[in-house]
Amino acid sequence: MLKAADVPELTKTDLLGFYRQMKLIREFERESERQYTRGNIKGFLHVYNGEEAIAVGAINTLREDDYVVTHYRDHGQALARGIGSKEVMAELMGKATGCSNGKGGSMHLFSSELNFMGGYAIVGGQLCIAAGIGLAVQYRGNDQVVLCFFGDGAVNEGEFHEAMNLAAIWNLPVIFFCEHNLYGMGASSKETLVMWDSLHEMAAAYGMDRYEVDGNDVLEVRDLMQKINIDVRAGKGPAFVVARTYRLRGHSVADPADYRPDDEVSYWAGQDPIPRFRDWLTQEGIATVEDFDEIDANVDEEVVAAAEFGELSPWPEPDDLYHGVYTDRPAEGIPTSGSS
Amino acid sequence: MSVITYRDAVSSVLREALDEDERVFLMGEDIGPYGGAFAVTKGFYEQYGKKRIKDSPLAESVIVGAGVGAAMVGLRPVVELMTINFSLLAMDQIVNHAAKIRYMSGGQFSIPLIIRTVTGAGASVGATHSQSFEGWYASVPGLTVVTPSTPRDVIGLFRSCRELNDPVMFVEHILLYGTRGEAPDSGDFRIPIGQADLRRTGKDITLCGYSRMALVAEQAADILAREGIEADVIDLRCLRPLDSETIVNSVKKTHRALMVEETTRLGGFAGELVSQIQEDAFDYLDAPVGRVAGAEVPIPYSFPLEQLAIPSAESVAASARKLLNRS
Ligand SMILES: Cc1ncc(C[n+]2csc(CCOP(=O)(O)OP(=O)(O)O)c2C)c(N)n1
Ligand SMILES: [Mg+2]
Repeated sequence: MLKAADVPELTKTDLLGFYRQMKLIREFERESERQYTRGNIKGFLHVYNGEEAIAVGAINTLREDDYVVTHYRDHGQALARGIGSKEVMAELMGKATGCSNGKGGSMHLFSSELNFMGGYAIVGGQLCIAAGIGLAVQYRGNDQVVLCFFGDGAVNEGEFHEAMNLAAIWNLPVIFFCEHNLYGMGASSKETLVMWDSLHEMAAAYGMDRYEVDGNDVLEVRDLMQKINIDVRAGKGPAFVVARTYRLRGHSVADPADYRPDDEVSYWAGQDPIPRFRDWLTQEGIATVEDFDEIDANVDEEVVAAAEFGELSPWPEPDDLYHGVYTDRPAEGIPTSGSS
Repeated sequence: MSVITYRDAVSSVLREALDEDERVFLMGEDIGPYGGAFAVTKGFYEQYGKKRIKDSPLAESVIVGAGVGAAMVGLRPVVELMTINFSLLAMDQIVNHAAKIRYMSGGQFSIPLIIRTVTGAGASVGATHSQSFEGWYASVPGLTVVTPSTPRDVIGLFRSCRELNDPVMFVEHILLYGTRGEAPDSGDFRIPIGQADLRRTGKDITLCGYSRMALVAEQAADILAREGIEADVIDLRCLRPLDSETIVNSVKKTHRALMVEETTRLGGFAGELVSQIQEDAFDYLDAPVGRVAGAEVPIPYSFPLEQLAIPSAESVAASARKLLNRS
């Protein structure tokens, strides 16, 4: 655990900002589950509870012109990058005001303005795309970094290997960030991933710098990312980070997660990153109960407003069905009035 | 007009792209010092260097995926998948990502990516290397699928593809690289995307194909002409978008139609063409629309067997005669 003295550059405002973001993600997810049961959100919903310290710790180290690429469990990263909770909630509800205009849904959040390059729902696919964004950065001689999130399940995909090898052999500025929550859907990584307990060492095969970090400690994640960013920006090539963490909920809202041993679940409940950070802020004498109460109330208001915004937002127009397939031409098969 | 090979046509438009646009780079297996599996990029590496001619690992997913990523942030990659058979290993990137990112992002990101690849049977390379999957890709909204059959079409279509801002499958044919044809002199020459080519006109029957089968259809029309049968020959040139208007107009004139394609009949692209004809020209038809397609087998290696498995000018002519009751 870092001490306050280890992070002198962080003001109280910064630190409480991290707390607020984590809290916002948690409460946002609580609300999204509620909206799901109300039928306002459909399909798949993968919440981020328990992993907030990763998105908040990592994304806050980036510059505005850096890139974030992620997987389908993407609400936390989107909020941490600064997409409005209203726009994210509206997207979950399929509304026209959503950050992908309602076309993407929970698993496919995008913001070109924030270089939030998307949530990708085919496990492993985004690693290849991140390599390509890194390639473009290198091609232009720029010093941005590409931060690419994925789960421990994705490590088993061939695209993981293809992207890691390419990034390494071409020295691309990509940080491959694995949220190692011990499960890929219902499968324990202990049963599916040979290197599950020293996953970062897989990057040794690519000659890549590699790190393991406590993914439930926002300051540790941040601290590590600060160091890695410097190296990657300096052209030292890609890095692989494995953050140990745990999903506090099931894989998706449809999953009661009864395949997980009780002692494991209770151990990780005790590692919840939000109370941990709150306790730290208290122990270090940085924040008081009043500070937290104020933030919590403010977060609640924001989440209520997001849900209201989503609910009141209009659906996309029927014409939108055909919009956006191509840049330069209409989609095929647009019905013409009068045809059968 | 000068006469050049199909291979030279591909090389020349790639050079043009590299010369005209700094955002263009090439990426693919063995396209560097080796010069490309079909010698299309011979000399490129020496001329343009490593930065723009990226010899990639044997990793189709990341070849396309890295192209997608680079295109998302404003470069204009032209990636090569050595043949369309290997595109199956990149199908996730092509179908799930390249084709959908624009739509799924609410139009925030375009993917100006050209994926060049090589289709076709007839090269004696066995079942795994002789397939024609362009019709599969044509079923994916968000993609553009282009199938040039001549040097002129390579040039005109590639230039138009470069002006698009969305992913293109630019599908060359394995047996056409050595074929010759006239090349347009003007650098402004373009062929609009989604415009079929009426290569020959006749009043008796419409023969329609794409890629090498358009040429086979034309040869069949030569045979038929000697017998007094005059055929319209249509080269689709693009599968998505599809110019059904040219086909339908031709059928309205000839009242008979025969679709020619190299892949299997079951699930092939010709079935779609037949459907469109019956939807839009049913009352004009004097006979059922016919199809000549590849045999329902993995393409065999043995030369005479392989020849039996793919349409030929003779088999197309024979089917045409049948449709005209002239057999
Ligand atoms: C290629 C592919 N296979 C299977 C799935 C179904 N699926 C969705 S998420 C998932 C588990 C992924 O686990 P992990 O990468 O560890 O991420 P986590 O859900 O733990 O955050 C699976 C199997 C998919 N979306 N894509
Ligand atoms: Mg996991």
